[in-house]
Amino acid sequence: MSTASIALSNPSTSGFSRNLRIFATEIRYELLRALRTRAFSLATIGFPAMFYILFGLLMNRGESLNGVLVAKYLLGGYAVFGSLGASIFGIGIGVSMDLSAGWLELKRASPMPPLAYVLSKCCMAIGFSVIIVSVLTLLGISFGNVRLTLAEFGTIAGLAAAGAIPFSCLGLVLAFTVPPSSAGGIANLVYLPMSFCSGLWVPLRFLPHAIQLIAPIMPTYHLAQLMYASLGATAPGTVLNHCLSLFGFTLIMIGIAWIAFRRREQNS
Amino acid sequence: MTAVIEMPEIATATNTETVASLIGVTKRYANGVVALDGLSFSLRRGEIVALLGPNGAGKSTAVKLMMGLSSPTSGSVGIFGADPRETTARLRTGVMLQVGRAPEMLRVREHINIFRGYYPNPMPYAEIVRAAGLEGIENRFFGEISGGQKQRTLFGLALAGDPDLIFLDEPTVGLDIEARRGMWTQIRSLAARGKTVLLTTHYLEEADALAHRIIVLNKGKVVCEGTPAQVKSMGSGSSGTQQTLKIIRCATTLTAQHLEAMPGVTHVELLGTLTSITSSQPEATLREMLALDQQLHSLEVQSPLLEDAFLALTKNS
Repeated sequence: MSTASIALSNPSTSGFSRNLRIFATEIRYELLRALRTRAFSLATIGFPAMFYILFGLLMNRGESLNGVLVAKYLLGGYAVFGSLGASIFGIGIGVSMDLSAGWLELKRASPMPPLAYVLSKCCMAIGFSVIIVSVLTLLGISFGNVRLTLAEFGTIAGLAAAGAIPFSCLGLVLAFTVPPSSAGGIANLVYLPMSFCSGLWVPLRFLPHAIQLIAPIMPTYHLAQLMYASLGATAPGTVLNHCLSLFGFTLIMIGIAWIAFRRREQNS
Repeated sequence: MTAVIEMPEIATATNTETVASLIGVTKRYANGVVALDGLSFSLRRGEIVALLGPNGAGKSTAVKLMMGLSSPTSGSVGIFGADPRETTARLRTGVMLQVGRAPEMLRVREHINIFRGYYPNPMPYAEIVRAAGLEGIENRFFGEISGGQKQRTLFGLALAGDPDLIFLDEPTVGLDIEARRGMWTQIRSLAARGKTVLLTTHYLEEADALAHRIIVLNKGKVVCEGTPAQVKSMGSGSSGTQQTLKIIRCATTLTAQHLEAMPGVTHVELLGTLTSITSSQPEATLREMLALDQQLHSLEVQSPLLEDAFLALTKNS
């Protein structure tokens, strides 16, 4: 490295407002692009909705679990499932494709702040998470006799949105470490087992003991416990513990993604 | 740090208007491959420079360094007197890369406007559409336009910031002849407006038609640099002279020995009934030949092909 790279020399107010505008534009068009890409938007929203209808609404009708209706309990699990899907496929596959096609390189050579790209992808995952949790809630209220206060909905929507952040970082790790040709397969290998083993589809207590033991190492488990608790169900662990676990997971993922990205940069 | 912002202005005003430079740049990748080996060259204001070289010569590495996508192992890279990774340098640079797939569900118009938003003084939208030939496809999704139209859209993105320095990586790949000529016209008019264009291409004909200066790279080093005519002469075996070589073809009764003794003749070859004479003083050679051989016919004078020069220069250096 010959000359040290120095951050923007003159952060004048016009430069700052231009940057803000770039961030807003990137986020807006990334959301628009994802919504228009029907293969992505339909699958990302449809998958958790379909599972929720099957396991939460058609089966176990009227039964209760941990103090709440099964349909209400599973709403939390499938909201986490939706958030994970939007992040892993939207970012894991999306960034991987941009990377292999050379599009990311073109963006990086432009004056766009690199953070705008990452943030737009993350906001897209957040947006989809909120859409999914809203669709699931509507389904639950309409067909599953789920009763939900506005505050409860606000909390689970907020949790789904916040959950998209650690999951997006996981998506970035996938994008930077897995070759693009196998990104789809690997993404499913993370997405499906992780969802199942943290009890998002079928509550943990109905799963084998071994799975119950390994569940707490997964971020989805911790987010799901926060969801269940905010929906009025009893859930193990404290809020602080779950939050710290998610925060720690996020930091580890950012670290791995950063190292993987640097390695790529040095070899290309 | 304000000095960095002011430097480009001073640089353009005082020295020979160097816009970008690589000085003694070596790039060694983590796997030990040396892509650039003490490479130095510079780009001046208003010129079109073509970077040529066989695959693996270091062209794309050199361009990546200038775009600030990678950093040199040693040596320095400067764009308008600044580090290419700085925003001040990027704001004055436009880039067209080989992109396999841009976001497909955005319209051409949206792509252009997103990139225009990156710059404080972008090129007017209508002007980009006209220069890149995007009329009629502005509202189409990127995923549904043809390869040539995609290429023109990417060219439009490179123009979005009305940049002073433009990197074009294989700009006319996939274009038909008409579209290619159209883009050449645009590239020439950019240079005429004082913009600097660095072009990499596999079409030697394109470098020949477009470039003011050609830089031939091989194994990470400059093997030859000059105008297209100079490069062609250098590759024709005449040990790097700066004269313009011509190839004279005709049917003549003069013997090879006689021709070789004439002024400027460097090489004589018999091709069936025709004789091919390479001369560094074609006018003098021709005058003498016509005077000595009244029956001389089927005369043709041509410049050596850039392709031949290119092959000769990169073969065993």
